[in-house]
Amino acid sequence: MLDESTVSRVEMDWSGPERLTMNMGPQHPSAHGVFRAIVTLEGETVVAVDAVIGYLHRCHEKLSETLTYAQYPSIASKTDYVAAMTSEFAYVLAAEEIGKIEVPKRAQYLRVVCAELQRIASHLLWLGTWCMDMGGALGGGATIFLYCIRERELILDLFEALVGARLLYGFFQVGGTRYDIPDGWVQKCRETIDLIDSRIDEYQQMLEQNAFFLARAKGVGIVSRDLAQDVGIAGPLLRGSGINWDLRRDAPYSSYQDFDFRVPVETDGDCYARYRVRMAEFRQAISIIRQALDKLPAGPISSRPALKSVAQIRIPKGEAYARVEGPRGEVGTYMISDGSAKPYRMKWRGASFSNLAILPHIIPGHKVADVVAIMGSVDPVFGEVDR
Amino acid sequence: MTAEETRAALASTFGVEVTSAPVMSVTVSPDRWEELGRFAKETLGCRFFSFLSAVDWKEQGLEVVAKVDNLDDNVSLLLKTRLGPGVTTCSSLTPVYRGADWMERECFDMFGIRFENHPDLRRILLEDTWEGHPLLKSYAVDTPHPPYR
Amino acid sequence: MALDPPVPIVPAPIWRNFKDLQEWEELHKTRPEGDKHSALFESITEGIHSFPGGFVVTTAADAFLNWARKSSVWPVTFGLACCAIEMMATFASRFDVERLGMVPWASPRHSDLMIVSGTVTIKMAPMLLRIYDQMPDPKWAVSMGSCANSGGPFRHGYHVVKGVDRVIPVDVYVPGCPPPPESLLNGLLLLQDQIAHFNKTGKKAPPNPKVD
Repeated sequence: MLDESTVSRVEMDWSGPERLTMNMGPQHPSAHGVFRAIVTLEGETVVAVDAVIGYLHRCHEKLSETLTYAQYPSIASKTDYVAAMTSEFAYVLAAEEIGKIEVPKRAQYLRVVCAELQRIASHLLWLGTWCMDMGGALGGGATIFLYCIRERELILDLFEALVGARLLYGFFQVGGTRYDIPDGWVQKCRETIDLIDSRIDEYQQMLEQNAFFLARAKGVGIVSRDLAQDVGIAGPLLRGSGINWDLRRDAPYSSYQDFDFRVPVETDGDCYARYRVRMAEFRQAISIIRQALDKLPAGPISSRPALKSVAQIRIPKGEAYARVEGPRGEVGTYMISDGSAKPYRMKWRGASFSNLAILPHIIPGHKVADVVAIMGSVDPVFGEVDR
Repeated sequence: MTAEETRAALASTFGVEVTSAPVMSVTVSPDRWEELGRFAKETLGCRFFSFLSAVDWKEQGLEVVAKVDNLDDNVSLLLKTRLGPGVTTCSSLTPVYRGADWMERECFDMFGIRFENHPDLRRILLEDTWEGHPLLKSYAVDTPHPPYR
Repeated sequence: MALDPPVPIVPAPIWRNFKDLQEWEELHKTRPEGDKHSALFESITEGIHSFPGGFVVTTAADAFLNWARKSSVWPVTFGLACCAIEMMATFASRFDVERLGMVPWASPRHSDLMIVSGTVTIKMAPMLLRIYDQMPDPKWAVSMGSCANSGGPFRHGYHVVKGVDRVIPVDVYVPGCPPPPESLLNGLLLLQDQIAHFNKTGKKAPPNPKVD
């Protein structure tokens, strides 16, 4: 659609560069959700990028002021919908911290198991969609996508047996968890993660011997240490840039201190480093689940059981900031309560919002094709970005 | 700097009480906001910028809250400043922390707080033509927006 | 060379402000439903049908063309939110939707179906309408999930459109939050039944209480 404004934007100059403003609109094939990047190009090289977000702004923070502590966790799962368990985790941790509510040990271990299973499922989806973006939906990229979805379905089966829902659960409750594990679940869980362990080896071997994958991932999207901390990215992006920080180890919550796991750190800062961090996180998550299942204590699953009315949980006045290590980084809730059944103010610190803020800093200088690879390795989920 | 040193440095430089439960927080007046940010980054070593947001305290005005972390020494710091009733401007932390860019745009979008020295202050989550600032307590959650009922 | 960040020159939206679906349908009443085929084809079909015994030909043609249309419905990948993940799971290995002939296709110009999966926000609605308008006839829309059906859990939000049927006409509503792939497949099969009801090579049949 050529009107005057378009023509004037393409500066035709005999001696200098000509710049083109291109829109990678809210609907595009790289399966990441509603995100609009207005990139300014000189030829194929991106010169500047303006990220337009907000296409999925669903008024979470305003709605949380109208919903009680018992009603909101199911809505909280819809912020980071790929890792719904960790999203709910942040919300209930904040409420429990203000109200000084004890969580029984069994509930804490169940929470850990579910959070780590969710991490594996989320990373499987990340791997599948990232490789699909780089390989093309009908070409070779769909290979890894279909394999990873096949494994992810096994984990979602476990969740369906536990909670009843595949993607968005209302599993976390202020004071504990809502459901207890059924018979045979532990055995099924062990079988599933053993299978996934072997399959991850297969995928890693498949990818790392592929020259195209290495060419598209190595040296692309380098994030320096200072930039990483300054912008506030977290999770695999931070650890891929050489900063050794993991909330599960450094600010442990919900009995993570009982488990023995390593935190993978890579120093290169490019997409390949983040890929290696996430692949190592698979193994660590599997190891944590095994330990938690071995040591799972008996006991109640909630210190506030049998919710009879939606306004049953009242949190006294106070404020807290609770954070969990989600698959994408630090998901946090800054909650201010005023003694009633609903919070006064609740701010979602979305991991993907901060992660996405790094795009205008690292994309300029890359080619258009690298934009897709970088977006995939940043792994944004737009429920968290727009809230 | 460890937590105790941080608390002592803050108390001596800014002369304010540092509350420590549940998270270490320091409240300053709005004219020392950027100075506090710079102090936190350079002297206290809190180089990780976590988030920046605001709270609407109805008659008492707005409060801007920012969280910065020192990853090396595992110290978290919550910076707060109360803009008085009716005040909607605040100095920006973008010259200090680059991550404050999008966070302050969101604050502007949701609360109407204009940040001085912000390179590009415009709405981020809502449309540019949106009227009103939703997270203020005076804005109803189901305010209709024409042409949708 | 100093590089300034681009100032986004966002053109004014060229979409029409519709209060609700009735206005949309008013505008589109002048457009014949079904295939945008030529008036010559229309007149030939009418002629055959009005000829005594000609209904045999049109019924057979209907059956064949409807079978062809429903066996090859290409959805445009329009994932907005959480339901998009379930939609991707439906397209993927376990609940394969390609066995029904549905190849998810990114370009709206080449697709037949728009599965609106996720919450439609006020900022996104004009983009959605623009993509829908770019799809050629005959086209269908499936509203997947409670957010697209009616605004869902976010209905009371200020930035949420209370249902995608305020923006585009919807053929099948799939409830759930998110609907598991089995539900979405059920909805897509219902859509195929609906498509099988086109009359006289392209006109939609009135709703049949037995099936719809």
